[in-house]
Amino acid sequence: MRLSFKNNLTMNCRSELLEVTVEARQVEESILSLLHTILLHRSTGKFHYKKEGTYSIGTVGTVDIDCDYIDFTFVKISSEELDRVIKKAVVEFKDALNISGSDGIGQISLEFYQKKKSRWPFSDECIPWEVWNIKVNVVNLANEQERQICREKVGEKLCEKVINIVEVINRHDYVPKMPTQSEVDNVFDTSLREVQPYLHKITYQITDSLGTSVSTTMRRLIKDTLAL
Amino acid sequence: MDSDLSTQDKKDLDKFIKFFALKTVQVIVQARLGEKICTRSSPSPTGSDWFNLAIKDIPEVTHEAKKILAGQLPGIGHSMCVEISLKTSEGDSMELETWCLEINEKCDKDIKVSYTVYDRLSVLLKSLLAVTRVTPAYKLSRKQGHDYVILYRIYFGEVQMRGLGEGFQTVRVGVVGTPVGTVTLSCAYRTNLALMSNRQFERSAPIMGIIVDHFVDPPCGSQRPANMGQPCNYRATDDDDGEAFAGVQDSQEVCTTSFSTSPPSQCFCTLSPSPSKLSKALPLDNPQFPLVPGLVTHPAQSIYTEFAKDDSCICSPFCLHMQLLSYQPAVLAGTPELCHTAANPSQTLHAGKEDGVLHPAQPYHGTEAHLTVEHMPNIPGSRGDNDIFSHSGEGRRSTSPSDLVETLNALTRKVGAFVNKPNARLSATMDLPFAAFAPRGLDSEDNDPMVHPPDSPSCMSPLQASLHSQGSDGSGQQDDFVMVDFRPAFSKDDLLPMDLGTFYREFQNPPQLGSVSLHISSQSMADDLVDSLPEKLAIYERNIDEFDAFVDMLQ
Repeated sequence: MRLSFKNNLTMNCRSELLEVTVEARQVEESILSLLHTILLHRSTGKFHYKKEGTYSIGTVGTVDIDCDYIDFTFVKISSEELDRVIKKAVVEFKDALNISGSDGIGQISLEFYQKKKSRWPFSDECIPWEVWNIKVNVVNLANEQERQICREKVGEKLCEKVINIVEVINRHDYVPKMPTQSEVDNVFDTSLREVQPYLHKITYQITDSLGTSVSTTMRRLIKDTLAL
Repeated sequence: MDSDLSTQDKKDLDKFIKFFALKTVQVIVQARLGEKICTRSSPSPTGSDWFNLAIKDIPEVTHEAKKILAGQLPGIGHSMCVEISLKTSEGDSMELETWCLEINEKCDKDIKVSYTVYDRLSVLLKSLLAVTRVTPAYKLSRKQGHDYVILYRIYFGEVQMRGLGEGFQTVRVGVVGTPVGTVTLSCAYRTNLALMSNRQFERSAPIMGIIVDHFVDPPCGSQRPANMGQPCNYRATDDDDGEAFAGVQDSQEVCTTSFSTSPPSQCFCTLSPSPSKLSKALPLDNPQFPLVPGLVTHPAQSIYTEFAKDDSCICSPFCLHMQLLSYQPAVLAGTPELCHTAANPSQTLHAGKEDGVLHPAQPYHGTEAHLTVEHMPNIPGSRGDNDIFSHSGEGRRSTSPSDLVETLNALTRKVGAFVNKPNARLSATMDLPFAAFAPRGLDSEDNDPMVHPPDSPSCMSPLQASLHSQGSDGSGQQDDFVMVDFRPAFSKDDLLPMDLGTFYREFQNPPQLGSVSLHISSQSMADDLVDSLPEKLAIYERNIDEFDAFVDMLQ
C-alpha cells in the first residue's frame, strides 16, 4: 500500500518528498530538524474564543537547536510537549531502521489532516490535506575523515531542504479554514498546553535491504482512514 | 484600487506592514548576533506580540529601523533592506548578505486583510526565522568575536547587491499577497568568501606565537559551537548607543552598529579545505602524507594561496592568525601505521594560559587535537596502535633503542616545533595542499630538527647538554628552523635561578634512564667489544674442557 492510495481518496492532499542521505547517528537529528521546521509553520498559538465568534491567538516562542552530529542549526517551536511527541516518533523510526539493518532505507511521513465527523455508527474520517514524506538513506562510513565530510554535507543538504519546505509553505496552497469553536478540534490539535499545531500524525515505513517493505504502521493508518 | 479597501482595512494593512518590517529587521539582526535565540510560548495572548510570535525587540534596532523608515512604509519602488556585513579586526569589511522586503504591484483584492494577510505574514516571519539559520552568514556570525564582527545596516530605497561579489545566490523566503501589493521577502547572499583571505593576508605580517586571547577561556572541545549557552547579550549594545547614533546625519547614511559579543567559546572555524578536497590531492600510495593543520603564519601563507584558489570554499580563514592548531584528521583509509606528533607546537605556545601554571599541550581546541597524523614508514616495526595518540606531545614511538633515544631527545626539545619554510624537496615531489607541514624526509635523520634539534639558545641545562652532545653539533642551526620565544605569563620568579618555562621544559618528563642514555662510552664500548672478541674467543677455547664439565654437571 502506498500513499498514493490515500491521494485517490482525497482531492486536495498534496504530497511533498524530502530525501536525505545520512549516517546512522545523524538520522534522529536530521529528521527532527525537518519535522520541526514543518511544524513551526503549521502551528499557531492557542486559540481563545470569545463571544461573537471572534478569537484571539496565543504567542508562539521559538528555540534555536544546534545539531550535535551535523553542522546545522534549526528553529523549532518552544513547546516541550510537542518535542516529546515528535521525538518519540522519530526515535521509534530510528530504532526500526536500526533493526532492519544498516542498508535500510526508510520513509517517515508527517501528515496533516482534518477530521470530518460522520454520523453514527461510522467514526470520524481523517482527510489529509498535506503530507510530507522524508525518505532516509542510511550509509555507513569507514573513517573519521568521511564522517567529517558527512557532517558538513548533510548540513548543507538540510539547509536546502529547509529552503524547499519554506518554498512549499509560502505557496499558500490549501490550508483548512480557521474553524469556529465547535470545529476547532477537527482542524487543530488542541491537546497541547502552549501551542496549537494542525492535526497531524507521523507514520513510517521501512524498506530493508531486500526491498521488501515492512509497513506495520501503514496498516494502522489504513485502518484509521477506512474506519474498519 | 484603494477605494475598494475599507478605511479600517487600509489602516490595518499599513500597520501590519509597518510592524512586519520592524519584526523582520529584528529577526534578521538577532539571527546574526552570534547567539542562539530562545523565546517562550505563551498560551494567553499578550497583545504585544505581533503576528503571534515571541520576537523580542532590541530597542536600538527598532530605533534604527524606525529612523530609516522615517514614517514611510515599504512600498512599490521603496524596499527596505538589511545589509549584513563582516568586519575584521584589521578593518577590512565585506558584505555578506542583503535581505530585502519589497512590495510590488501585483495586488490580491479578494484577500481578507485582518485574518488571511495577518496569518500569512505570520507564516512568512516563521519562514524568515528558519531561513536566517540556513544561509552561510549564520555560521560565520556564530563564530564572530575576536577576529571579526558582524554588522548590520538598514537602508530604504533601491536594493544594492553590488557588494556581494560575483556569483551571489538569492533565496526567496516568501510572498504574501495583499490588496495593495505583494509583499516579498528575499535574501541575496555572497558565495565567494575567498576574496577576504587574500586581501587580509597580504597586509598582515606573519604573527608567530601571538595569541590574541591569551587569557580567555579556552574554547570548548567540540568543533561545533554546540550549546554555547551564552546569554543574549543585548545589554552590550547599550554602550554602542551613543556612538552609533551620534554620527548619523542623513537617514540613508551608513549606520553600523557592531554587535561584539562576549568572547566566543571557540574561535575555531573551518579553515582548511574540506577533507574531500584534501583527500583528492593526497596520493594514497605515498607514505608521507602531510599533517593538515592550519598552523603557523609563515607557512600559512601557502595555505592561504592554496585556499584562496578554491573559490567554492565557503570557509572563513579569518581566525587563522590566532588559531595555532587547526586540525583535520587527515586519515586515509588503509593507512596501517599512524603515529602522532604535533601536539608539540601547542605545548610551547599555550602553556601559561591558565593560571600562569604551565600545562602540557592542551591543544588549542581542547580535547580533539589528537588527530594530526603522520605516517612513518622508515621506522621498522613501529606499532600502529591507537594508544599512540596522546595529548601530551610524546614523540614518535619506535622499537629500536637509538630511535627511542632520539624520541626522548625530541621530548625534551620542544622548541623549534614549527617548521618555517617548506621543504623544497618535499614540495617538489608532492602536490599537496599543506605540503609546508609535511614531515621532513625521514631517510636523512641527521637533518631532521626533531631528531637532532639545534642548540637551545638560552638556559641550556647540563641535562640537555649531555643529551645532545652527539646530535646537535653537526646540524647546527637550521635555516628553516624558527625559535619560538616562549614567555609564559606570570613566569617571573626570582627565587629560582631559572625561569618557569625552562624549569618546566626540563622537568616535564621523567629523567633519562641511565641505561638508555646516549653516552660516548657506550659507543666505544661497542667498539671495544668488537676488538676484544677474538681474544675472548681464544680464552674460551682454551678453557673448553672446564665449560664442558660445567655443562655436564648441570644436566
